[in-house]
Amino acid sequence: MNFDLTEEQQILVDSVARFVQNDSGTERFRKLRESARGWEPAMWERMGEYGWLGVAFPEEQGGVGGRFVDLALILEQLGRGLVPEPILASVVLAGGLVSRLGTAAQVERFLGPMIEGRTSLALAYAERQSRYCLHDVQTSAARVPGGYTLSGQKVWVLNGHAADQIVVVARTSGSQRDRAGLSLFVVDAGARALSRTPIGGMDGQRSALLELDGVEVAEDARLGAEGEAIAHLEWAIDRGAAAACAEGQGAIQELFDRTVSYLKQRQQFGVPIGSFQALQHRAADMFAELELCRSTMILAAIQADSDDAEERQAEISAAKLQLSHGGWFVQENAIQLLGGIGVTDEQDEGLYFKRLRVLQGLFGDADHHVDRFQRLGRFSADR
Amino acid sequence: MDLAFTPEQQSFREEVRKWIPRAMPADMRRKAEAGASFHQDETMQWHRILYEKGWIAPHWPKEVGGTGWDVARRFIFQEEIVRANAPELSPFGLSMVGPLLIQFGNAEQKARFLPKILSGDEVWCQGYSEPNAGSDLASLQLRAVKDGDDYVLNGQKTWTTYAQYADWIFVLARTGTDGKKQEGISFLLADIKNTPGITVKPFLTTGGTDAFSETWFKDARVPQRNRVGPENGGWAMAKALLGHERTLIGGIAESGKWVQRVKRIARETPVGTGTLFDDPAFRRRIAKLEMRYRAVAMANLRTLAAAQVGRAPGAESSILKIVGTELYQEATELAMDAMGHDAIGWFDAPESALPEHERWVASQFNYLRAATIYGGSNEIQKNIIAKQILRLPGA
Repeated sequence: MNFDLTEEQQILVDSVARFVQNDSGTERFRKLRESARGWEPAMWERMGEYGWLGVAFPEEQGGVGGRFVDLALILEQLGRGLVPEPILASVVLAGGLVSRLGTAAQVERFLGPMIEGRTSLALAYAERQSRYCLHDVQTSAARVPGGYTLSGQKVWVLNGHAADQIVVVARTSGSQRDRAGLSLFVVDAGARALSRTPIGGMDGQRSALLELDGVEVAEDARLGAEGEAIAHLEWAIDRGAAAACAEGQGAIQELFDRTVSYLKQRQQFGVPIGSFQALQHRAADMFAELELCRSTMILAAIQADSDDAEERQAEISAAKLQLSHGGWFVQENAIQLLGGIGVTDEQDEGLYFKRLRVLQGLFGDADHHVDRFQRLGRFSADR
Repeated sequence: MDLAFTPEQQSFREEVRKWIPRAMPADMRRKAEAGASFHQDETMQWHRILYEKGWIAPHWPKEVGGTGWDVARRFIFQEEIVRANAPELSPFGLSMVGPLLIQFGNAEQKARFLPKILSGDEVWCQGYSEPNAGSDLASLQLRAVKDGDDYVLNGQKTWTTYAQYADWIFVLARTGTDGKKQEGISFLLADIKNTPGITVKPFLTTGGTDAFSETWFKDARVPQRNRVGPENGGWAMAKALLGHERTLIGGIAESGKWVQRVKRIARETPVGTGTLFDDPAFRRRIAKLEMRYRAVAMANLRTLAAAQVGRAPGAESSILKIVGTELYQEATELAMDAMGHDAIGWFDAPESALPEHERWVASQFNYLRAATIYGGSNEIQKNIIAKQILRLPGA
């Protein structure tokens, strides 16, 4: 049992931290949040060159052959600088599914260029009515000679506005809320009868609303076996949640560090406000929650690779709950301790606050994960 | 970073899991399975069983009679001990004065005291707090004045946990009055049973048990050879010990046991046509508690793993004390809620009114209000975090 980073991991973390410090601080994010795309293809290519996009994919697929925890360490550092390139959507969600289910040809076609930073991907799973239920799917995939026709609407598709290909969850059989009967299809962004409406998020990042009005895809666009997507989708969304915890960790840490230095520097009543015990104790409580976030984040990142679905779900739900409650405790108090400037757009802390709230709501909020945890077989079996 | 257990560690877990019930006498095993609490004599009986097996001091080095286990084995062992609901051993010898003697004691002191801590022949208690030295521990007033080969002690200690069962007490005493108050304190070991002038008076807690005592010293003579470390150098050692203590008194492993206990009570509590464990709202409350426990247990493991590679538990252990004791209390609060009207009952209720696994819940619920107070109140821990970790300025 060893919590220390390996030498390779330490080098990786240091290089990502340097990148954030030199090339991608909040000033860059502020510019990008005004742009249509919200992120830069040139920067994405650099990330591909650095090997960050392929870190957790196997070598035979063109990746580095590392583990999910390596990717989590990258995301944590990027979270400190609010780096908006779509690793979560493209690498973790869609890329993860292509890597897990794709044929050699699909991997070569969709994953290879993405790992190099030449293309990006997205995963379209949520629908207006689905909330956090992954198998509540109305979008249909009807069999036609040589392939399928997809029809339906997808909401909040992260990076859906910019992706070159979009993995779409559609129903090939069964009724709206059946677990069985879901399939995955890789849809080209330029496909006929697909319309994408970019939507700006609270956090300054972009997603898209997708309308599929009889989008035709070939047989070889299907990812994995027909009708059996749900377990893989749950796996991918779990990894999304673990990734949200990792990125969130960086944001919480940054927000906390900024708050503590403000406490030391801001003077009122002739002394630094950090000398007041009421604020000191608040900061100590924030520090405790931050440490618990780190502990659960590490465990979730390690379990993200587990084939034991219950073990994976238990740890990831625990981490997501901690991000949502513990992380929230840090962010709400950070703004409170900053006082009035904390609610100005000019001050960076509000940007972190908003990104964190988005991450907390993605892939299941606190209530969702507590409920899922109590449904695990191990919860009832424990004596 | 690698958190997986090796096959050797897994088989060690199996070995421990099989051994515990076999090693317990029948009556202890029955009580453990029922989730009951144990008396002092049962706890000491279990102490001797572990001693004979060679497993009494997982965290001591091998040279002084410990197991020499690494963090992973200690963690597994602790998990299994808690899982089996074995009696909780007194920490004062094994986890407090023992490690302090290993670090700071001279050869003679180690040879004299360590073997009997291990065997359980000598039980220890802690003499730190005084009526006017609680959170401000360094203002303690118990005087130790040199006279020949002895110190003569006068004053009072309080909150001396289970002093009535102890053979020895380690005390912080004032040997100097010059300079800062922290600079005149020495660490002394006293034979609490056989030293004339030491009086122990247990008092009841709100939990209904006499967990604490007041301990008086009136011209009590303690040989100077029973001073650990230099004269007036006790504070630094005590602080090192407090760091160690904080990692223990969070009650983190115990909280895990309480999660199981709450589930058991909920399972055995009828509600309508089912049980409380079928109620989704209550299940979510348990789930939240269990998820928080996982987070805290993981933070604890990180601290232990850091200690393994030579980083002593520092100010970070303050976090574990805070979140651990809050969790511990929350667990007892949820158990009380699970019991519903049974929560009226006290530990002397007949079996027909209160099953054994519910009997001590109300007592513990009351007693454990102390958890956020003892070992340095949680507010003191926050002061430590603010100053030593966050480096916030003084008022």
